[in-house]
Amino acid sequence: MSEPAVIEVQGLCMAFGSNVIQRDLDFRVERGDIFVIMGGSGCGKSTLLRHLLGLLRPASGDILYSGESFVRASQDRRAAMRRRWGITYQSGGLFSAMTLGQNIALPLQLYTRYSAGEIRDIVDYKLSLVGLGGYQDYLPAQISGGMRKRGALARAIALDPEILFFDEPSAGLDPISSRLLDELILQLKESLGATVVMVTHELDSIFAIATNSVYLDAASRTRIAGGDPRWLRDHSEQPVVRQFLSRELAPAGDAQSE
Amino acid sequence: MTGNAPSFAIEAVAGEGEGAIALQLAGDWVQGQTVPGFGALRDQLAGRELSQLQLQADDLGDWDSLLMAFLLQCHNYCREREIDLDTHGLPANARQLLAVATSVAPHQPPARRQQHWWQAGNPLRVLRAVRGDLRESLGFFGDICIGLARLCAGRANTRWADFRHFCYQAGPNAFAIISLTSVLVGMILAYLGAVQLQQFGAGVYVADLVVIGMLREMGVLMTAVVMAGRTGAAYAAQLGTMQTNDEIDAITTLGVSPVEFLVLPRLLALVVMMPLLVIYANLLGMLGGAIVSGGLGISMLQYISQAQEAIAVSHITVGLVKSVIFAVLIAIAGCRSGLYSGRSSAAVGQAATEAVVTALIYLIVADAAINIFFQHVEFW
Ligand SMILES: Nc1ncnc2c1ncn2[C@@H]1O[C@H](COP(=O)(O)OP(=O)(O)OP(=O)(O)O)[C@@H](O)[C@H]1O
Ligand SMILES: [Mg+2]
Repeated sequence: MSEPAVIEVQGLCMAFGSNVIQRDLDFRVERGDIFVIMGGSGCGKSTLLRHLLGLLRPASGDILYSGESFVRASQDRRAAMRRRWGITYQSGGLFSAMTLGQNIALPLQLYTRYSAGEIRDIVDYKLSLVGLGGYQDYLPAQISGGMRKRGALARAIALDPEILFFDEPSAGLDPISSRLLDELILQLKESLGATVVMVTHELDSIFAIATNSVYLDAASRTRIAGGDPRWLRDHSEQPVVRQFLSRELAPAGDAQSE
Repeated sequence: MTGNAPSFAIEAVAGEGEGAIALQLAGDWVQGQTVPGFGALRDQLAGRELSQLQLQADDLGDWDSLLMAFLLQCHNYCREREIDLDTHGLPANARQLLAVATSVAPHQPPARRQQHWWQAGNPLRVLRAVRGDLRESLGFFGDICIGLARLCAGRANTRWADFRHFCYQAGPNAFAIISLTSVLVGMILAYLGAVQLQQFGAGVYVADLVVIGMLREMGVLMTAVVMAGRTGAAYAAQLGTMQTNDEIDAITTLGVSPVEFLVLPRLLALVVMMPLLVIYANLLGMLGGAIVSGGLGISMLQYISQAQEAIAVSHITVGLVKSVIFAVLIAIAGCRSGLYSGRSSAAVGQAATEAVVTALIYLIVADAAINIFFQHVEFW
């Protein structure tokens, strides 16, 4: 490969103390991918995301961004790399003491040279993108759970980031909002050339927008499949993966048959 | 930054009837350039009979969110005035982003009534707020009484494991700081008294001063102040955080009264531990007094025999009665602030502050009242 992958994970092993969550993870995320991390509840998807974000230290293995190790990078390098990311957390992560508008203005004030008036206009635009136009002056506690999710998304895209990390962005959204969110993610990818890494269980959006994926298995504690989810649904050698993607229950008695 | 300055120009569209106007966008609409605000365009459009606005971007260079923010304002302007906005001239990306941004109509926040500073200071309003506060406090106190009654009847949902846990936190965990403060307070009392008493050659009565001062007043008051800062604030922060995480709602919908489940174990733990802490503080305070007296030339034997004479059941009783009342006040101030806190990190901080401040006020007022009471019944 000539160009290094946007994200490359090499032999990553994740553990809390002696409790190994996942081991020997290897995968690449290419530029412009919409990359989905799949797996049953509790298999370590959020943990993987937190490793990718450098919030947790790998037990072993390495994570490379454009060929540069993030694990071994200096504090300054890490801060510089993080500035090109936009992130939403599973439970939102909006600053509860600030209004929605202030939440989104914060990264703009910290890292850009926009004037105060421009920032106000951009905040308005970012909120409109997630369908929250007009909610600038609401505190996170004054809006619904799904709206907080979208607000967090607006903050994540405030700086027009190159890599977007989403942890279950559409959980708690109604079908229409979740469709709009897919549309938004596609548009952001197109217009910013962004790469998207997300954890999601929404099969509809997985099939609609994902271009690549990894499936983490809770039982064997490692990656058991990867690739285009549509292809995996029909052709994966792993019955668990096919069942996951087609929402089937394991046939009683012989999960390993076929 | 290099690049072409961003700009726009409006011109009539040939052959498209009266109201059609083309908006030409040009240059680089990116960070670092001075981008024309939407206000400028609005001024130019003002007074024109518009039916259609055509966006054209033939000379548009780079663009980022600034252009999109501008376009969004164009869109909202046109929607308000029912002008047709033609976006076909825009780059495909920008067009689609605009479509996403405008797929949901902006929310109109309800008009909020402005509160002026002179209204905030209006005595009637302040009185009303105080009344609300008082009612809330009384209601909370009533809830606690009901909870206690149910506890006595054996029907409360209070868990003993919680009670033990809070006892440990309020008791043994507080030893270190209580030891420090009470030894020092004992020393301060002794020093203050000794300097005065020695002028009359009555230095040995320092022991009386320390013993009576610690037992009746300083031991219990200092312990209460420390516990208000330490445990009262912790209670408020714990309950406030639970409020933010919907935990209090979860408890309520489980059919369990938050007062029984959360407040009673904390309150009882403090009520049980405070008297013990006060006894401990008194002992250490007398020790502190002994150290200073020793330094001032009063022999240990003298100090002890004088102290023995000064110690009376009544002094100890007064201290213990106060300690129980103070424990109740600290727990109520802490739990009430936490339980009724707002749902943000700032609100939790405010709850903790409020818990300590109210507890201190309660303590001082209650202390004065109790002293007056014992004075009247001549309980010496
Ligand atoms: N801070 C932590 N300390 C110890 N173990 C943890 C910690 N965080 C997570 N775990 C464990 O790691 C495992 C994976 O958790 P994780 O949050 O990554 O799951 P997930 O795949 O994101 O699940 P979900 O789809 O429900 O969000 C769980 O078994 C959990 O018990
Ligand atoms: Mg998760």
